[in-house]
Amino acid sequence: MSETQSELLPTGHRRIHKMEMHGITKRFPGVLANDKVDFDVSSGEVHALLGENGAGKSTLMKILYGLYSQNEGDIWLNDEKVSIHSPGDAMRLGIGMIHQHFMLVDSLTVAENVALGLESSRGFLTDLDVVSERILELGEIYGLQVEPDAYIWQLSVGQQQRVEIIKALYRGAALLILDEPTAVLTPQEVDEFFVTMRQMVSDGHALIFISHKLHEVIDICDRVTVLRDGRVEGSRSTKDATKGILAEMMVGRELGLEKDKPDVALGDVQLQVENLKALSNRETPALRGVDFEVYSGEILGLAGVSGNGQRELAEVITGLRPATDGKVFLKGQDVSQASPGQIMESGMAYIPEERMRDGMIKEFSVAENLILREHHQQPFSQSGFLNLKTVSTNADTLIESYNVKTPSQETPVKSLSGGNIQKLVLARELSRQPDVLIASQPTRGLDIGATEYVHERLLEQREAGRATLLISEDLDEIMALADRIIVIFEGSIMGEVPRAEATAEKLGLLMAGIAEGEQH
Amino acid sequence: MIADLFTAQVIIGILASGIRLATPYLYASIGETFGQRSGVLNLGVEGQMLLGAFGAFFVTLTTGNLWLGLLAAVIIGLVMGLLMAFISVTLQAQQGISGIGVYLFGLGLSDLLFQKLVGTVETVSGFRPVHIPFLSDIPVLGEIFFSQNLMVYGAFALVPIAWFVLNKTTLGLKIRAVGENPQAADSLGVSVNRVRYFTVTLGGILASIAGASLSIALLNVFQQNMTSGLGFIAVALVYFGAWRPLGVLAGALLFSLVNALQLWIQVLSIPIPPDFAVMMPYVLTIVALVLTVSRVRPPSALTKVYERGE
Repeated sequence: MSETQSELLPTGHRRIHKMEMHGITKRFPGVLANDKVDFDVSSGEVHALLGENGAGKSTLMKILYGLYSQNEGDIWLNDEKVSIHSPGDAMRLGIGMIHQHFMLVDSLTVAENVALGLESSRGFLTDLDVVSERILELGEIYGLQVEPDAYIWQLSVGQQQRVEIIKALYRGAALLILDEPTAVLTPQEVDEFFVTMRQMVSDGHALIFISHKLHEVIDICDRVTVLRDGRVEGSRSTKDATKGILAEMMVGRELGLEKDKPDVALGDVQLQVENLKALSNRETPALRGVDFEVYSGEILGLAGVSGNGQRELAEVITGLRPATDGKVFLKGQDVSQASPGQIMESGMAYIPEERMRDGMIKEFSVAENLILREHHQQPFSQSGFLNLKTVSTNADTLIESYNVKTPSQETPVKSLSGGNIQKLVLARELSRQPDVLIASQPTRGLDIGATEYVHERLLEQREAGRATLLISEDLDEIMALADRIIVIFEGSIMGEVPRAEATAEKLGLLMAGIAEGEQH
Repeated sequence: MIADLFTAQVIIGILASGIRLATPYLYASIGETFGQRSGVLNLGVEGQMLLGAFGAFFVTLTTGNLWLGLLAAVIIGLVMGLLMAFISVTLQAQQGISGIGVYLFGLGLSDLLFQKLVGTVETVSGFRPVHIPFLSDIPVLGEIFFSQNLMVYGAFALVPIAWFVLNKTTLGLKIRAVGENPQAADSLGVSVNRVRYFTVTLGGILASIAGASLSIALLNVFQQNMTSGLGFIAVALVYFGAWRPLGVLAGALLFSLVNALQLWIQVLSIPIPPDFAVMMPYVLTIVALVLTVSRVRPPSALTKVYERGE
């Protein structure tokens, strides 16, 4: 092989032998997002960037991809200083990014998504047939099978991710930034994705892997750099890293990674769901006859890939969405036709999936949000007038006991961090001492510290003898908290697994819609 | 009397004027389609039409040259389109409100200029029917379709052109992507603002031409508020047509035919109170929108201001 050939990747584009970021500083009004950060990655390796939310990972990568510009510091590619002002610049230099939230246009086809923004070989006309051919070629090289004419909305999340990777490779990406790429995948899809990553690395791509899943970082990466509060906390080879060390570097203190769960005696059925059916917003069947029950003193985990009916299930149970068939019993009482208000008053609490949209009114103050549920009742109001003094004492008490960090109780909720907002939701819902708690993705988007806090509170509910339905896409979370696990796929329960027998593989197959009998 | 409506001559007359009256709807709605497909709702169409109508009328009146009049409409549309783009894209104003502002501005300014510069009712000799050789000789069809003026032909030609641009060109792909998911387009190096400036300015030019088609091709006069809601119906037609040029064409024809029908009802003195006749297109707007709009999904980013970053 000649010298020039080894310069090239199988896609025909040039390698990036070394990318270095030196002393990157980025200031936002009131925040130092990156403080003299050094980071580098070489051809043929995976370098993990680890850190909590707000640690500055995304900011650093957006600078590398040209979405932000740094206040100080330089970027070097193959020992040459470069300036990157836009994603277009980044792509020309061979830098690609797979965003956590896919950057795909649902109503366009795979080929149209890939062709978007590219020069066409036919001038101002599109050349989708040429693009499709190249997509199939790239799919062949990297094991990324996709149908170029399929619309994005028809694809599974795993397939959509393949489209994202192809999009970057098509544009000649030699360096790929992967922003939490496994967050939305089933365990099996993660395995397939890792195969593709290894293929890219051995072909000479340079990969940056952003994650907060420590075992994945140790599995797939060569080196890891940990950011905390915008600064590099440390950088080391994954060979001499353990989950414990990395978690400590991220959070700055020791964490109890495994929870001890005391045995709790099961009580009566608190929540029972019978043959529940409902439609999605698109009027397609979202629930196709769901049955389960939750006892007091247990956490029932509902696992599943996002979009398989979890949201609709939570909404039907809490009265926000009508059921087309079936019944919901709360403490033995049929509440299928009850209003959300009636259901809540009969002892149900709800932690909604979208805490900013459904859980809080973000322009309202902390104190106001804390009485949203009960503002019309004693002691918060009397004959239609708010009792502002109790509202204020209530806020003080809850802020204190739920350890919420807020400048004051008058602060609008939108200016708090995700973790503190979730603490407010918990405070409002749990302080009413509900018998049944529906917790939908309660730690999505939260950092390790806040996640740990939420988990402790959920386990407290269990010990207090209450019934909890935990709906989560995070298998680690379900395995850590649930006593029994049920798996939902396309609106049906695929099976139930007791915690003791649950493994990621077993649940993963159920999540992919493969029932136990079909597993071999 | 009612039977008068069903003579061949009257039916041909209704169809021919229906085709002719579709002209302003088509220019304005196709222009609005481009804007909305890229995510910008321009409610100022009516105001842009009025200014275009006056500009074309005034220049034609003073120079006697129709083409200069049309050019004036294009320039006015360009300026008004840029204004709307500046307000809604650069200044990131709420599109529903800023469009109404542009409408009121156009309404007031066109009337003011008319009072100051013309003052009395004047007419111009507008674009004359061009009989297309051979085709216009076909009985019935020739009279309906091929004996119209140039601006009518232009409006109908716009439909396949718009379809082609939106679906077969890289520009169209960018427009559709920006209207559905501007973040995605931005991440691929497509300038969201540039695309929106282009579509909104194009929409302004076409709205202004729509106005000109009234003042120098169909009615050949200018008067205060002569569009009387036509620009708003044009916006509704985009919803009715589900953001597709062919759908917009169907909607425009439906409305213009109803309009033609009500005009003929008045001409033939059919005993339906004229107020009801005049109401027909507007009632139809509401009915059609209720029936169609709930079933189609608008571009996801429609009316949403795009700002980079979370």
